[in-house]
Amino acid sequence: MDDPLVIAGREFGSRLITGTGGATNLAVLERALIASGTELTTVAMRRADAGGRTGVLDLLAKLGIEALPNTAGCRTAAEAVLTAQLAREALETNWVKLEVVADDDTLLPDPVELLDAAEQLVDQGFVVLAYTNDDPVLALKLEEVGCAAVMPLGSPIGTGLGIRNPHNIEMIVSRASVPIILDAGIGTASDAALAMELGCSAVLLATAVTRAQDPERMAAAMRSAVEAGRLASLAGRIPKRFWAEASSPGRPMG
Amino acid sequence: MDVVINGESRQVADDADLAAVLAEFGVPERGVAVAVDGAVVPRASWPGTELRPGAAIEVLTAVQGG
Repeated sequence: MDDPLVIAGREFGSRLITGTGGATNLAVLERALIASGTELTTVAMRRADAGGRTGVLDLLAKLGIEALPNTAGCRTAAEAVLTAQLAREALETNWVKLEVVADDDTLLPDPVELLDAAEQLVDQGFVVLAYTNDDPVLALKLEEVGCAAVMPLGSPIGTGLGIRNPHNIEMIVSRASVPIILDAGIGTASDAALAMELGCSAVLLATAVTRAQDPERMAAAMRSAVEAGRLASLAGRIPKRFWAEASSPGRPMG
Repeated sequence: MDVVINGESRQVADDADLAAVLAEFGVPERGVAVAVDGAVVPRASWPGTELRPGAAIEVLTAVQGG
């Protein structure tokens, strides 16, 4: 692990964070998680059935993957804070992926409620990974209130539209001193590679893998894409130019 | 008295504490958390937590999502 992802002092060998939503069953999810190489995976908090089982937690424990609870479905800061507190109690972790969305049609983050919730949770000792819009101003404010990572969307959740505003993502990355994790909107491997090339520290995705025709194969593709994008980012791309520049010197007869 | 667990009304003994109500509901040994009337009640405090009639009990666990 010579280039670990570090969030709140913890090191992860993989820069691909996965979600568990959308998988048709646990066996498919298991194969995809293994292929992805992920070390951190989100789960949602929902009402337990009477006598219910916690299959996904058992699976993550078996695979040695850390469960990252999210606050998916929350619309207000109050809901998100309570959900995070319940997640901390249920999963015995103070890490939370904070998600406060405005409505069902867009699932876009509600910036006002999000910032409020982030501040409260940081004050309560949570390690907050905040899912946010691709707004450089809000991203910086989330960092300022103490979020351990900021996770701008590429495009709305589940759309697979990729990164609609690469410029904003670059701007967020350029000013951040906490990890920036591209979250949501990834459609295919090239989107994940682009996120890393733009300087993101990691990529979080779920649907692109779980709803792919072959989730296991797509998970492997995402793993490679994140690694390739990271290498490219570290290597430093050539500047873009208007006119051609020969890579061989001179002319044969000159 | 009646209490509401995960949105469903349920009749419990008048003197039942939270631990008794949850045991009857069938709460798993681990992986769940409980809120009563919007406040988290840590597992260690389930015994002895008294309930008012109509109390809203939420029992949450982790599921596939996100």
